[in-house]
Amino acid sequence: MTFARRTLTVAWKDLLVERRAKESLNALVFFSLLLLFLFQFALGPDRDRLQAVLPGALWLGFLLAGLLALGRAFQVERENDCWEALLLVPGDKSAIYLGKLVGSLVVMLVVEALVLALFTVFFNVDLAAAGAGLVLVVVLGTLGFAAVGTLFSAMTAHVRARELLFPVLLLPVLVPVLLATVEATAGLFRGEPIGAVSRWLGLLAAADVVYVVAGILTFDVILEG
Amino acid sequence: MTRVLGWLAVVALASGLLVGFGIAPREMTQGNVQRIMYLHVPAVWVAYLAFAVGFAASVAYLVRRRPGADRLAHAASEVGVLFLGVNIATGAIWGKPTWGTWWTWDARLTSVSVVFVMYVAYLLLRQAVDDREQAARYGAVLAIVAALNIPLVHFSVFWWRTLHQPPSILKSGPSTMPDVILTALLVNFAALALLGAYFVAKRVGVLAAEAEALA
Repeated sequence: MTFARRTLTVAWKDLLVERRAKESLNALVFFSLLLLFLFQFALGPDRDRLQAVLPGALWLGFLLAGLLALGRAFQVERENDCWEALLLVPGDKSAIYLGKLVGSLVVMLVVEALVLALFTVFFNVDLAAAGAGLVLVVVLGTLGFAAVGTLFSAMTAHVRARELLFPVLLLPVLVPVLLATVEATAGLFRGEPIGAVSRWLGLLAAADVVYVVAGILTFDVILEG
Repeated sequence: MTRVLGWLAVVALASGLLVGFGIAPREMTQGNVQRIMYLHVPAVWVAYLAFAVGFAASVAYLVRRRPGADRLAHAASEVGVLFLGVNIATGAIWGKPTWGTWWTWDARLTSVSVVFVMYVAYLLLRQAVDDREQAARYGAVLAIVAALNIPLVHFSVFWWRTLHQPPSILKSGPSTMPDVILTALLVNFAALALLGAYFVAKRVGVLAAEAEALA
């Protein structure tokens, strides 16, 4: 099998498991809905203030839901005793990394799409105005997020206090991604064209390349032993 | 060797104090508070130098798998956290009388503090993994990701801040630095670099002794 085939096989397996069991997806969507409630209660009903913090709240929601999703990416393999079998994938082990990354990315994008729809309803935002630019920001931001998250998830899968350690490792590294996505989303919500937020999109693209390449190159090292 | 480094650091620190307090003049607008700069600025240089060493040693460890490279990476990152902590603390102490506030989310403060928490997380990871060899591998991966992330952190934070507020406070002061102040700065940089090198050497020794004792 080629590298691409092996990557897709791992991703397909994850998505199939997810489609059949819907273990993460249901809980993640519900969790995001709860976050919406919490934001509303924490920030109060003032409409202007809500509008001002909306991009930040939205990405914090994505971040928290993503933390849960990614933290489980390798945990499920342990729980189901599939870890060793997964390692038997022949050839370059970074195919496992990319496959897991694609699987998590798809799940997260589905959750984010649903959360965005809920946001339009509950917070009365016009997403159509932000349009294609928003899709680009979400995809680029989530990719960077999932790229580091998948790497660190594999790393913390065998460590004690992993539930604590995973967010502690991940969040500081993700500061550039969070800043770029929040700033770009805020710009798009204000009705600015994509060109006005292009420097943030460039930063996100650069971050994605750095994280994915670093993940591919170092994933082997994490699986050893 | 380590001992020599230690004494060199002592001599250099003494001359640093002498130049910083004795020879460098009192700054006109800020007064004596400005002298914190002789600790504050070299500390951040040494910290970034230490992170660079940590990055190189981590890459070297992944390529060659020598435990010594890992110990160097661990020790250097630890010393980097220490010096960055000194930099942030002295910055806050300087900021209170000069800016009227201990902390502000200005571009440089923010980016430095993000780098600081990134490397604190590195130390937490090293602490959480019991197996030495595993800790070395994971640590190396995290140190590499963290180091690659530093430019991204700087750009994002810089744009984030400068897009919103003009750098009003940081621009104050003379644009060209008098020679005597620059000299004081460089002497103290040399002193702190020697001190940092001494700490790293000492920590590498302790880590090696630890590995030997537990082997």
